[in-house]
Amino acid sequence: MIDYSKYLNREIQVVKPSGIRKFFDIANEMEDVISLSVGEPDFHTPWHIREAGIESLEKGRTRYTPNRGFLPLRQEIANFLSRHYDVEYHPDQEILVTVGGSEAIDLCVRSLINPGDEVLIPEPSFVCYVPITQMAEGVPVTIETKPENGFRLTAQEVEEKITEKTKLLILPYPNNPTGAVMRREDLEAIARVVEEHDLLVLSDEIYAALTYGKEKHVSFASLPGMKERTILVNGFSKAYSMTGWRLGYAAGPKEIIGPMTKLHQFAIMSAPTTSQYAAIEALKNGDEDIEYMRGQYDMRRRLIVDGLNKMGLRCFEPEGAFYVFPSVKSTGLTSQDFCEKLLYGKHVAVVPGDAFGACGEGFVRISYSYSVGHITEALERIQAFLEEL
Amino acid sequence: MAMEQLLELLQDDAKLTTAQLAVMLGEKEEDVAAAIKRYEKDGVIKGYQALVNWERTDAHRATALIELRVTPKKDTGFDEIAGRVMNFPEVESVYLMSGGYDLAVTVTGRTMSDIAMFVAKRLATIDGVLSTATHFVLTKYKDGGVIFASDYEEIDERGSNLCD
Repeated sequence: MIDYSKYLNREIQVVKPSGIRKFFDIANEMEDVISLSVGEPDFHTPWHIREAGIESLEKGRTRYTPNRGFLPLRQEIANFLSRHYDVEYHPDQEILVTVGGSEAIDLCVRSLINPGDEVLIPEPSFVCYVPITQMAEGVPVTIETKPENGFRLTAQEVEEKITEKTKLLILPYPNNPTGAVMRREDLEAIARVVEEHDLLVLSDEIYAALTYGKEKHVSFASLPGMKERTILVNGFSKAYSMTGWRLGYAAGPKEIIGPMTKLHQFAIMSAPTTSQYAAIEALKNGDEDIEYMRGQYDMRRRLIVDGLNKMGLRCFEPEGAFYVFPSVKSTGLTSQDFCEKLLYGKHVAVVPGDAFGACGEGFVRISYSYSVGHITEALERIQAFLEEL
Repeated sequence: MAMEQLLELLQDDAKLTTAQLAVMLGEKEEDVAAAIKRYEKDGVIKGYQALVNWERTDAHRATALIELRVTPKKDTGFDEIAGRVMNFPEVESVYLMSGGYDLAVTVTGRTMSDIAMFVAKRLATIDGVLSTATHFVLTKYKDGGVIFASDYEEIDERGSNLCD
């Protein structure tokens, strides 16, 4: 019997599997499960975007692209970022097309972090930042965001965690799983701290297009002096319902995008060609699709927030992404217990909040990336579940 | 209130309750209910129907699109003939068209020959009808904005990615 652990990398053995997994596994075994657990859009990729991908295949465009991605695509990305978020990037040197936003995050962390460097990670947040930091032998330093602040990150919370080893701050807003967004003044306060302590920022803005209410999404890179300190990550998955196409990008100073490109070209070579053709169409002619889907999510968001609050699961109003993050503390159950009982009792799957960091305990993540009928039925079942508790 | 949005929501799903509509639109429930009442009264909302895929049932049902070329009447134009056509319960829809013919009529019946007989006996004989051309519907891929073809039906395959 071979002891494989002596072969395996030290860090990978320490990395915990995603806490979301357990519930999917159980839910997949059950019949009649109503899930409010997934983290991807329910809309199909708009047809004109799919057609552009198909057309590229018909024309035989099936080879590698340049390592950085097609230049016309990078040009359209630059136009998009300028048009929507007021940030100007040079398509040739400052933009890298990646396999989803996730790859961009991985490249960025691995290109910056030396063993022992500290990475500030607000929680609750998307599950990848800690393991990716661990694999780079960096030290993940988590920051608890608080419900009373609407899960926004405050400058003070950042400052308290800074040491001389701190190198990078991750800013995951609009936030998965809380739906929190950062206002301009919140970001400005954080920018001052970043400047003062000479940090870099990885701003994961994958949900930027899904921002609700009157205030538009503010890109951290658009703040004065922050473009040179920011690696902006975005992509096509959430904005255009293109999760399966696996396409994202990073934009930032060429001195960082360059090394990231080096890593990307050795590990990945280039992002999928078909997806890049589709993405050009998305950026050129997809603004209306974004608006339509955003409008649909917004209505579902109001429906689910209203429903949950009425049945006593308090949730602050999420202003971004497609998640609500209600507290289940009133039930006296832990997040895990709540989710397990709800799943076994009423066959409704939601994700325990502690899967997104210890401070998510007492909350659950509910996705509203589902049809109104589906959401309505799930809400009825949750209501019945609460009444029987 | 965003009236157009209210109508779009109802056109998409007429089963939404006024309470749901109100929350989704950020309006008061009584305002939504009043708006719907008014739409019904003013004939903006003409009815609420289920979208049935009859091909999935055992029922016998055929549908045809019939092109009618007609001579418009001096005073009433196409309206009079359209009126005669649409009063038949077999007729599902009547459109006045631009182009090569005048009225597009959809007719449903139990069988194709029922429809053929109906066209020959009832439509072709109307005073002013010059000619008819009957096209039978063989299968319905999409209707009322909803895809019927089973290969393209919505299947939720999400939930296999264990991270997001």
